[in-house]
Amino acid sequence: MSMNLEDRLNENPELKKQFDELDVYIDEKASQQGSLINVMHRAQEIFGYLPDDVLYYVAKRLNVPRSTVYGVVTFYHFFSRVPKGRHTVSVCLGTACYVRGGSTVYDRVMKTLGIKAGETSQDRRFTLDLVRCVGACGLAPVVVIDKDTYGRMTPDKVVTLLNKYA
Amino acid sequence: MIRNQLLICAGGACITSGEKSVKDVLVEELARNGIQDEVQIIETGCMGACDLGPIVVVYPEGTFYQKVNVQNAGLIVNEHLVKGRTVGGLLYTEPTSERKAQTSGDIPFYTRQVKRVLRNCGVIDPLSIEEYIARDGYFALGKALEMTPDEIIKTVQDSGLRGRGGAGFSTGIKWKATKDATGSPKYVVCNGDEGDPGAFMDRSVLEGDPHSVIEAMVIAGFAIGAATGYMYVRAEYPLAIERFEYAIGKAREYGFLGKNILNSGFDFDIEIRIGAGAFVCGEETALLRSIEGKRGTPSIKPPFPAQAGLWGKPTLINNVETYANIAPILINGADWFRSVGTSKSPGTKVFALVGKVQNTGLVEVPMGTTLRELVFDIGGGIRDGKKFKAAQTGGPSGGVITADYLDMPIDFDTVKEIGTIMGSGGLVILDEDNCMVDVAKFYLGFTVDESCGKCTPCREGTRQMYHIMERICDGKGQHSDIERLSKLANVIKDTSLCGLGQTAPNPVLSTIRFFEDEYRAHIEDKKCPAHVCKHLLTYSINPDKCVGCTACARQCLVHAITGEVKKIHVIDQSKCTKCGSCYEICRFSAIRKE
Repeated sequence: MSMNLEDRLNENPELKKQFDELDVYIDEKASQQGSLINVMHRAQEIFGYLPDDVLYYVAKRLNVPRSTVYGVVTFYHFFSRVPKGRHTVSVCLGTACYVRGGSTVYDRVMKTLGIKAGETSQDRRFTLDLVRCVGACGLAPVVVIDKDTYGRMTPDKVVTLLNKYA
Repeated sequence: MIRNQLLICAGGACITSGEKSVKDVLVEELARNGIQDEVQIIETGCMGACDLGPIVVVYPEGTFYQKVNVQNAGLIVNEHLVKGRTVGGLLYTEPTSERKAQTSGDIPFYTRQVKRVLRNCGVIDPLSIEEYIARDGYFALGKALEMTPDEIIKTVQDSGLRGRGGAGFSTGIKWKATKDATGSPKYVVCNGDEGDPGAFMDRSVLEGDPHSVIEAMVIAGFAIGAATGYMYVRAEYPLAIERFEYAIGKAREYGFLGKNILNSGFDFDIEIRIGAGAFVCGEETALLRSIEGKRGTPSIKPPFPAQAGLWGKPTLINNVETYANIAPILINGADWFRSVGTSKSPGTKVFALVGKVQNTGLVEVPMGTTLRELVFDIGGGIRDGKKFKAAQTGGPSGGVITADYLDMPIDFDTVKEIGTIMGSGGLVILDEDNCMVDVAKFYLGFTVDESCGKCTPCREGTRQMYHIMERICDGKGQHSDIERLSKLANVIKDTSLCGLGQTAPNPVLSTIRFFEDEYRAHIEDKKCPAHVCKHLLTYSINPDKCVGCTACARQCLVHAITGEVKKIHVIDQSKCTKCGSCYEICRFSAIRKE
């Protein structure tokens, strides 16, 4: 990390493109009061996670202390400081899912992928998350993979399901 | 000419059950029969009966088809629409009388409901502002703009509407306090951070009838003197965000938002703020910090948001369901609103009926409805012929209602008397297979994760309580643990700053109150009566029933089961991880769980 961000951007057009995209959003939102959380949402969409570079950059652009940005990013579960896998598996352990056996589904996913909530598999195929209610309680237990929700899960069904994601 | 309309439920649960592919099949089949111009397909918001999804309703008859899938969806077109024959196999069959229901009016799940908040959910296309207007939408706004702010507030106050987010504070008093507060500008905020796990009514309103919330926010803005509104939605609800954003755009286009609304000279607009996954942000002061782009930590009250809210300015903050009640109150009057419900809790309440009940889903009933009506009449009783044990209300801030109180009318005050709260309306039904100690531990684990960390009693106290609960479930409970839990609970309640900490011990206190014998069984007899707590269980094979089919041995991931084909199998207790997969797979009920 000896090079500063500007030099790295000059060397890496891909990275430059991502920061340019973030810039457009910040220009649009900077005048709104309290836009930091919205900006971080957008940044995570662009970069997939929130590394130091992005935090420092947003702090500079919005003219807020780095500590404030760091404080916000670490407070909310939605923001990730580490890169995520190609697919995010979110097992719901809201009450309805829990009382209908969500934890047996979660245990099986953990065992199958060999990772715990918040971790990413070695091959970067999956990131495992625990969520507290996605509001599909009528079909508990529920698993969300990327943007698709699957209801009435069982430990066996979830393994078959995981195999469909490369 | 449109001769038929097909309403497809596009609520969260039905989408999960395959609504999109069902719709594709319907579109395809209509085209194949060349009747695509005669039949209109409308995707609506949640129809409530999540367990029956995907649901398709054919109008004008109102024929209610349930559990439609890609294989049988074509029948609706080819039989019903082309040949005029009802598809009997897709109708709902009433389990006791075995009668087939033609319309939703024949299904007990629906007939006992009174839909006010959910008046448009599942009835209109949420993306169509015209359909909302056709159902008296924005009529209340027109009426309000001809009233004085004081008249509006008086109507809301007279209606007796209480905040549906959980605490049940008078909505009218809140509006008045914000109007009377000095300071400008003022703000209107909608709390759409439905964090209570097990509740999804706000999601359904935002997805199924977004304009009802927009209309109410504009009315609130006019009543208290605000020009800006913030809609705070949790990030877990992307579809709600998408539909609300779309609805805002349409409302602007039609002049219900923006400058000089309906030529009244009143300006108002709404901005969406997206949460980022923090349960504490459902607490109003924490939510306001989050809108400001900060960490969502709560602050001490007073000052209340009505005096010093967003950026220190007077702010009115109400929940989604509360707002959804406003327009009908202004159209029909306060007396109409009071015509259902109890005297101190008038109106209806939407419950998310989930857990071990037959018919899960969203139900709206008059306040004062009994738990028995909800669970047995509307919910169809407990699944798999099991016994009702308790209903959990109020999520991590609430407690349980037991079988002894099945006939108690439920409203804000009665539930409080027995140590729980109404909360946002999550009603999780538990049966004999649920361990109350385990359920209380589950909620406590939730608050441990979600405590923002500002107050020590909440941050550290809930963690200590959790350790004790864990110990009890692991069979290491001590005789003094119940007393220790109660003591700790009361300190946390008394010394935490916000609602999260003050209510975090409730699930434990409430289950100790009603199920102390279950706690004692864990602690003294080292037994879990519901056979849930792993460490207190032993799996063994009943030699009289085992036929030696080897299914369990093949299923066991840790190879704890041995035995030859057609010989009795044995479980090695030292290897057994008590995962229960042998119990699940055995077709001869030969596995004993004790």
